[in-house]
Amino acid sequence: MVASGLFEVWIGAFFTLAIFSFLYKDNPFYKFAEHIFAGLSAGYYIGLIWKSVIIQQLWIPITNKGEWSLIIPGLLGMLMFARFFRKFSYISRISLAFVMGNTAGIFLVSQLHGLVLPQTQSTMLSLTGDGFVETLFALIVVIGVVSTLIYFYFSKEHTGVLGVTAKVGIWFIMISFGAHFGFTVMGRISLLIGRVYFLYNDWILGTLAMFD
Amino acid sequence: MRSVLPIIVAFLSGFIMIASFFFNADRSFLGKLEEDLLTWVTIVGGFTLLLGVVSITRVNFNAVKQKKEDWFYKLLTLIAIYVMAVPAILPSSWSPLFGDEAGSIYDWLFTYVDTPMMGTMFAMLAFYIASAAYRAFRARNPEATLLLMTATLVMLWRIPMGEAFLREISIHLPDYINTFIMKGATMAVQRGIIIGAALGGASMSLRILLGIERTYMGKG
Repeated sequence: MVASGLFEVWIGAFFTLAIFSFLYKDNPFYKFAEHIFAGLSAGYYIGLIWKSVIIQQLWIPITNKGEWSLIIPGLLGMLMFARFFRKFSYISRISLAFVMGNTAGIFLVSQLHGLVLPQTQSTMLSLTGDGFVETLFALIVVIGVVSTLIYFYFSKEHTGVLGVTAKVGIWFIMISFGAHFGFTVMGRISLLIGRVYFLYNDWILGTLAMFD
Repeated sequence: MRSVLPIIVAFLSGFIMIASFFFNADRSFLGKLEEDLLTWVTIVGGFTLLLGVVSITRVNFNAVKQKKEDWFYKLLTLIAIYVMAVPAILPSSWSPLFGDEAGSIYDWLFTYVDTPMMGTMFAMLAFYIASAAYRAFRARNPEATLLLMTATLVMLWRIPMGEAFLREISIHLPDYINTFIMKGATMAVQRGIIIGAALGGASMSLRILLGIERTYMGKG
């Protein structure tokens, strides 16, 4: 955060401490900050969607460029509000179905063409690589992918060869979760250092500097 | 009719997106239609967010009106939503405080109130993640030991002092962690999960397009 004035720093420090107070126990300061945070986050997205979608993609094209076909999505969007009227709530299904169908269409292609095929292709590695490290790396990737997929295959009981492979899958998954855990911990610690540095440097030292 | 029309709409809108992929979409009518539909779905999606805000307002407003438990905090949420959103919606030509440019109420609240709180919320997770680690990181069985060892190695590898320590053990150890744990095992598991989830997502999409999956329509 780039603080421009002491007032902003005090506001930031107050909310930072109010949220950290939850580490002791739930209290009115935390609840105050939590509800303000929830409200501001919702308000932030209203502002964002209003400008980037409603104004830039709907209002301006209709009024300035005469793209009258955009009235259709505008109407579909308005139909969503029919949910608030019990008698007409079924009308909102049309808009919802449009969004669901459209997203499903994009998803179907993007998942198969953009994820499954390239990821499968990248797993087809040569096991006789340039050297020992490359071969070992390729083996780890191939065995890891296959055993993970088998671990998540629940249509057959995990016994025999399937059971052994699933067990290898668990080991790989544990390594992966451990690595992700380590990464997440370090990320959160880094954020914590940032907040503590803000409290010490910007708030405490900044305020003391005023009286020097 | 209440269910049939939405299913037809879902099928047609999804079918166009799939068909445009197969028929040289860039230079065809289908390509133009696909482009338009993508804009349309963004617009309708935008309205769904506004719908959510109306819903939040109704729920919180009723709670405040009926003086339910914690009604004061719900009032705060309502005030925060509208103090942030209304100035953002009003045109900046009316006042420099309106709109979303630097110096506006929207920008000020986001930079000096929302952002520090967001950072603190995530930073606070460091404590809970440490508490979770205390419970999870016990070498009770080979799998848990593997989790413990990998997490410890990665945490050491991510900090300069830890990396220096690992290099003391073996000069190649940090590189091996990067190659075999991060790029090898972790990527392999991620890939396995991605492939499984993508296949699941694709089959769910097909169910929606064919009208087998209708839960999004709700009851009635």
